[in-house]
Amino acid sequence: MIAELGHFVLVLALVVAAVQAIAPIYLARTAPDIALSIARRASYLQFILILLAFAALSYGFVRSDFSLAVVFANSHVAKPLIYKIAGVWGNHEGSMLLWVLIVAAYGAAYARFTDTKDSFAARVLIVQGWLGVAFLAFLLFTSNPFARLLPAPFSGQGLTPILQDPALAAHPPLLYAGYVGFSMAYAFALAALTGADDGGNWARRMRPWILTAWIFLTLGIALGSYWAYYELGWGGFWFWDPVENASLMPWLAGTALLHSALVAEKRDTLKKWTLLLAIITFALSLSGTFLVRSGVLTSVHAFANDPERGLFILAILGGFSLAGFVLYGLRLPRLAADKPFQPVSREGLLLVNNIFLATATVTVFLGTIYPLVLDALGMGKISVGAPYFNAVFAPLTIPFALLLPLGPLLNWRAGSVKPLQNRLLLAAGAAALVTCGIVLSRGAASVMVVALFAAALWLLFGAGLDLAQRLAPYRSRLIKFWTLPANAFSAPLAHAGLAVMLLGILAATQWRAEIVVAAALNQQINIAGISLRYDGLREIDGPNYRAEQARLTYLTGRHQGTHIFPERRFYEAERAQTTEAAITTDMTGHLYAVVGETSGDKRVLRLWYHPYVAFIWLGALLMALGGSFALVTRLGRA
Amino acid sequence: MMRSVWIMLIMLVALAPAQSLDPGEALADPMLETRARALSQELRCMVCQNQSIDDSDAPLARDLRVFVRARLQAGDSDAAIRDAVVERYGEFALFRPRLAPHTIALWGMPIFILLCGGFLAWRLVGKSSETSS
Repeated sequence: MIAELGHFVLVLALVVAAVQAIAPIYLARTAPDIALSIARRASYLQFILILLAFAALSYGFVRSDFSLAVVFANSHVAKPLIYKIAGVWGNHEGSMLLWVLIVAAYGAAYARFTDTKDSFAARVLIVQGWLGVAFLAFLLFTSNPFARLLPAPFSGQGLTPILQDPALAAHPPLLYAGYVGFSMAYAFALAALTGADDGGNWARRMRPWILTAWIFLTLGIALGSYWAYYELGWGGFWFWDPVENASLMPWLAGTALLHSALVAEKRDTLKKWTLLLAIITFALSLSGTFLVRSGVLTSVHAFANDPERGLFILAILGGFSLAGFVLYGLRLPRLAADKPFQPVSREGLLLVNNIFLATATVTVFLGTIYPLVLDALGMGKISVGAPYFNAVFAPLTIPFALLLPLGPLLNWRAGSVKPLQNRLLLAAGAAALVTCGIVLSRGAASVMVVALFAAALWLLFGAGLDLAQRLAPYRSRLIKFWTLPANAFSAPLAHAGLAVMLLGILAATQWRAEIVVAAALNQQINIAGISLRYDGLREIDGPNYRAEQARLTYLTGRHQGTHIFPERRFYEAERAQTTEAAITTDMTGHLYAVVGETSGDKRVLRLWYHPYVAFIWLGALLMALGGSFALVTRLGRA
Repeated sequence: MMRSVWIMLIMLVALAPAQSLDPGEALADPMLETRARALSQELRCMVCQNQSIDDSDAPLARDLRVFVRARLQAGDSDAAIRDAVVERYGEFALFRPRLAPHTIALWGMPIFILLCGGFLAWRLVGKSSETSS
C-alpha cells in the first residue's frame, strides 16, 4: 500500500514538474509575477512529492518488503539497518529516485533562496522543471522503483558486500549532489542566453550554486577514492577507471567554471566562455550518469545493462546538451564581445587556469572514449589506462602548479610581479630547499618526480603567501581568528589542498614499500622499519558474514605489543568475498595489512607501507573547506 | 563440512579483490624487479576489468608476470617484452598505447588543446595591448 502511494506521488510529481516546465513559459510575457509564483510553488510541491516517494521506498527497504522487486534484488533481512537504508540508493532504480530527489531539492532551494523575483528566476525554474520531467519520466517508464513481485519472495538477494560500507553509503548522495548541482549552472546559462533582464548579474548569482555543487562533488569523489583505497585490498586510490573518469570530468570542468565565473562576475569578461563552460560541465555530469548507467562501460558501478534505459538516458543527455549548445550557437552573435585584458593580471592567470583545466578535461574525455570510438570504427582494440593518464598529467601539472600561486597574488586589471618579487623568491627558495632535502633523504626516481615535488611545494608556499597577504590588514587581531573574514581563507585553503593532495600522491606512489610472504605461525615480518609477528588465524561470525581473521603483533616502535586484524569475509547471502585490510595510522603513513589465501600450511600475507597517503584525502577536504569558506562569504553577503 | 561450504563460497566469488604478487614471484635482483613491476603496471590483465597484471590475482595475470620476469632475466629489453606480449594478445594488452597513426589524436590532442587555448588567450590579450596603446 505504502509502495503504491509512493508510485502515485511520483506520478503526481511528474505532472507538477510538467506544470513547472510549461505553464510559466506562456505566462512569462503577460503576467511575469504569476509565472514566477507558479514556478516556485511547483518547485516546492515537486520536491515534497518526491520526498514522500523516497520515504515510501525507504520504508520498503527498512521493513524488508520483498514484494518490491528492488528490495528483493538488493536487500536481505540479515543486513544491518544502515545498509538497508543505504540500499535504497545501492541499486539502479533507487539511485535514480535519489537523483530526481536532488534535482527537485536544488529547484526548491533556488525557489526559496533566490534574491530576485524576476523573470530570470522564472526561467531558471523552468529549466529545472524540464529536468524534473525528463528524469521523472525516465524513472517511471524504465526504472520504476515500486514494481511489485507476485508472489512475494520469502527472502532477498542481498546487497553486493563491497557496497556494504559506511563510506559507500554516503558516496552516491554526495556525488549526485555534485552532478545535479551543476544543473543549476546549466539552468543559469540557459536563462542568461534567453534574456538579458538580469543586467548581466548571472555570474554573481550562479557562483554560490556552482560552489555548492563543486564542494559536494569534491567530497564525493574523495570518499569514493578513500573507499577504494581501504576496500579493494592493496591501497590503490585512483585507477583511472572509466567510471572514475566520468566523475573527474565534471569536476575538472566545474573547477574551471568556478574560476571563470569569478572573472565574469568581477571583470565582466570571459562571459561567453563561462556560459559555454556551464553547459559543458552539466553535459559532462549527465554523460557521467549515462556512461555509468547505460552499460557502455562495465564496472562495479553498472547496476543495469539495459539497452532501453541506455537509450532513454542517451536521449536525455543528447536533448539537454543539444538544446544548450544550439541555443548558445544562436545567441552567441548577440552576446556582448568580451572585454580584452592584460595578460599579467588576476584575470589573465585565471584564464591560464582555464586553459589547463580544459586541457585536462579533454585529456580525460579522450582517454575514456578513444578505445570505444576506435573499436566502433573497426580500427582495432586498444586500452588506455593509468600509464597514459600519468604520462599526460605529470607534465601538465608542473606548469599549472607553477603559475597557479601567481593568480591570487596579482591584482585585477593590470597586475605586476615586481612588488611581489621578494616574497615570491622566498617561497621559491623554501620550495627548492625542501625539495633538496627530499632528494637527499629519499633519492630521486626521475627528473619528473623531482619537478613535481618542487612544483607542489611551491604551490603550498604560494598559498601561504596568499593567506599572509589577505590577512595583512587584520594583523592586529590575528589572535581573534573568529573575527577574521572567511573569504581570506577560501582560495589559500583550496590551493593548499591541491598542493597537499599532490604531495600525498607523490609520496604514496614513490615511497611505497610492499612485502608478500607465505607466513608460518610466529614468523616475523619486516617492512619499512616495522617488525611484526604473525600469530595465526581464527574464524569469526559477523552480522551477515563469516570471516577468517588473522592476527599480527607489532614487535617494535610506538605500537609495540598492539595487534592488528586483517580479515577475509564471506557473505553467504550474496555469495561473495571481501578483504578487510587492517590499516594502522602513524605519523608518516599507513601500515596496510591484508590476509590472503593458504599456501600449504602457511598463510599468504600482503603488507604495504603507504607513506603520507592520507594527505590525498586531507587535500580534498582542504579544497572542500576552502570552497565552503567562499560559500559562507557569498551567503553572508546576499 | 564447514570447510567444503567455504571452498564452494570461494569458488562462487563474484568480485574477487585485487591481490597482486604471490610469494616467491619477485626477482632477487632489485633493479630487474623494479623494471618488472613498472612493466607489469603497463600490461592489461586480459580476463579482468581494467586491472593491470600487477594488480590482478587471475591465473592468466600470474602467468604473464612470470613470463615478464623470465624474459627480463634472459636479458630482454622492455620494448622487446612489450612486443612479445602484443604479439600474443594484441595491442589491447598495453595500458599505454603506442604512438602510431591510429593513436596520434590520443597523444596529440592534449598539446593541441593547450596550444589552441594559448592562441585564443593571446588573441584576447593582444587586443588589449592595442586598445591601451
